[in-house]
Amino acid sequence: MTIISINNLFKTYKDSEIEVHAVNGIDLSIDEGEFTAIVGPSGSGKTTLLNMLGGLDQPSSGTIRIDQTELAQLKSSQLIDFRMKNIGFVFQSYNLIPVLTAKENVEFVMHLQGRPKKEREERTMQLLEAVGLKGRENSRPAKLSGGQQQRVAVARALASKPRFVLADEPTANLDSKSTENLLNIMEELNRQEKITFIFSTHDQRVVNKAHRVITLEDGKIINDNRKNS
Amino acid sequence: MITSVAWRNIWRNPVRSGIIITAISIGMFAGVFSATFTKGWMNQRLEAGVETETSHIQLHEPTYRENYEINQFIRQGVQLADQLSALPEVDGVSPRVTIQSMIASAETGTGVKIMGIIPEKEKQVTKLSQFVTEGDYFESISRNPIIIGKKLAEKLKIKLKSKVVITLQDADGNITGGAFRVCGIFDLTNSMFEEANVFVRYNDLARLGMLPEGVAHEIIVHLNDQKKLESVTQELRAKYPELEVMNWKELTPELGYLNEIGNLYTYIFVIIILLSLGFGIINTMLMVVMERVKELGMLMAIGMGRLRVFLMLMLETTLLTLTGGLIGIVLGLGASFALQEKGINLSNWAQGLEDFGYSAIIYPVVETQMVLVIILLVILTGIIASVYPARKALKYNPAEAIRTE
Ligand SMILES: Nc1ncnc2c1ncn2[C@@H]1O[C@H](COP(=O)(O)OP(=O)(O)O)[C@@H](O)[C@H]1O
Ligand SMILES: [Mg+2]
Repeated sequence: MTIISINNLFKTYKDSEIEVHAVNGIDLSIDEGEFTAIVGPSGSGKTTLLNMLGGLDQPSSGTIRIDQTELAQLKSSQLIDFRMKNIGFVFQSYNLIPVLTAKENVEFVMHLQGRPKKEREERTMQLLEAVGLKGRENSRPAKLSGGQQQRVAVARALASKPRFVLADEPTANLDSKSTENLLNIMEELNRQEKITFIFSTHDQRVVNKAHRVITLEDGKIINDNRKNS
Repeated sequence: MITSVAWRNIWRNPVRSGIIITAISIGMFAGVFSATFTKGWMNQRLEAGVETETSHIQLHEPTYRENYEINQFIRQGVQLADQLSALPEVDGVSPRVTIQSMIASAETGTGVKIMGIIPEKEKQVTKLSQFVTEGDYFESISRNPIIIGKKLAEKLKIKLKSKVVITLQDADGNITGGAFRVCGIFDLTNSMFEEANVFVRYNDLARLGMLPEGVAHEIIVHLNDQKKLESVTQELRAKYPELEVMNWKELTPELGYLNEIGNLYTYIFVIIILLSLGFGIINTMLMVVMERVKELGMLMAIGMGRLRVFLMLMLETTLLTLTGGLIGIVLGLGASFALQEKGINLSNWAQGLEDFGYSAIIYPVVETQMVLVIILLVILTGIIASVYPARKALKYNPAEAIRTE
């Protein structure tokens, strides 16, 4: 079943006189349960694409449909709500609220949604266990390693049971061991809980883990490769 | 949750927050302390004025206060005084005869207002008897005793038991005089009052002035509750239309305004302090917002609406302000309570104060209402100071915010 369908998408930045076509005509559809990497050199438009997919930025033209909803049709307050319910985000850095513990960070979105305490706590503990951080729930981000922080971010992204998770270069600041660890956890969640992951990277080892690899260059898809695994 | 995040955010940079909190504390300490100090000062002046000088309400023959003419008296004054003392709101009434006269010692003389009082009745309306610091209150001298102010005693170069001569024009228009002996010397904070008023017994003065029996120039009324001042004034005015009825606020309007001027001064002072602190707070919070652009972008991305981000920053600013404010207010109140017993002695710095009726030792007074208003002003400052920095944060869209380096 298709979750995301992208149609003829463009994003053009105008810096003074020069126009930059960061996303330059993309058509793409993503199915439920995918584990997809978006790869390409720096400046190829990965972040721009993911931001538009996540409703953080508006396209210059073209449409993005998530399930039956066209993002451009949503008012900004609806969009915030839509994001909170449907999309989990993992960024390269600054993912966590530094003054909250791992557990509180994961709970935060459920708090904003006004979920009951019991549900929040159960789900938080379950998620932290899933990302291998049981026992560290009361540590603040500064007391966690980079890899552990990204795992908390993954748990946080999953807290509101989103339709899919967008991760923009989640391993860019991690060493190879942490990178592998994080990818294994994401893959596990994808396999067991059927969570759809879309992540960007320019790390070949990460690319190797993906089930589908979409290659961007100058804002265009130059390759879309599905592996059968 | 947002409150808890806001509170913890304050302590992310303890030095920076500590500095601004300290600044606010010092400012509010100064504000509160000056408020209780001013209040104490004003109250003392008012109390001195009312309790030792004017009392609450005075009744006169309508034209008496125009030129203090000896024949402008209330005919049945002493009897009227007795009637008035039966009113439930009244706890003391003193009839007086008062005559402008000359007082002379062996050395020198001066003009004074001489008041003939019935000592027991006067005791109920003014605290004069309590301020007799040398000698006593009409006890030790049986013939023509007089009580004078300390300042006047100095001026006339006389002591206790000295003889003074009073010269006045009696009711028939003849110049007459009598010898009095100093029985007591009173010491008030108001030197001008000390110098211009002397007290003798009612009968002694009435006889000397050839006044008819039972008259009074002034009837001084003391109430058991200051709050009833206006209502009793109105009541007496209606009841005795042939007399002039005035309360202390009307008799000494400058005292009546004193309280309001004191409050106004305090609020202006506090507002000026808060205004300057407000700029410091805005500056601190702008730095905070600049530093956290990426984090704010992340918060907006994961589902925190603009309104919530705005509220969170507003709460952070307000909590920061309130923390400093409360520390300062508590310290200010603490200092005020600590000095409530001993008072603050200003006599080393301000020797002239007593000449104007202000005491040199100030006992701070804490007024709940004023403290509440100050707390409210602090909260208001926090809220107002938070608007600008919080709005700055909303200018970013999440994608830009996350991209910023
Ligand atoms: N806010 C912006 N203003 C102008 N140009 C931008 C902006 N954001 C990105 N770009 C440009 O768009 C192109 C794609 O950038 P980006 O999506 O960040 O690529 P990637 O994530 O693949 O490195 C780059 O050339 C970049 O300089
Ligand atoms: Mg990028």
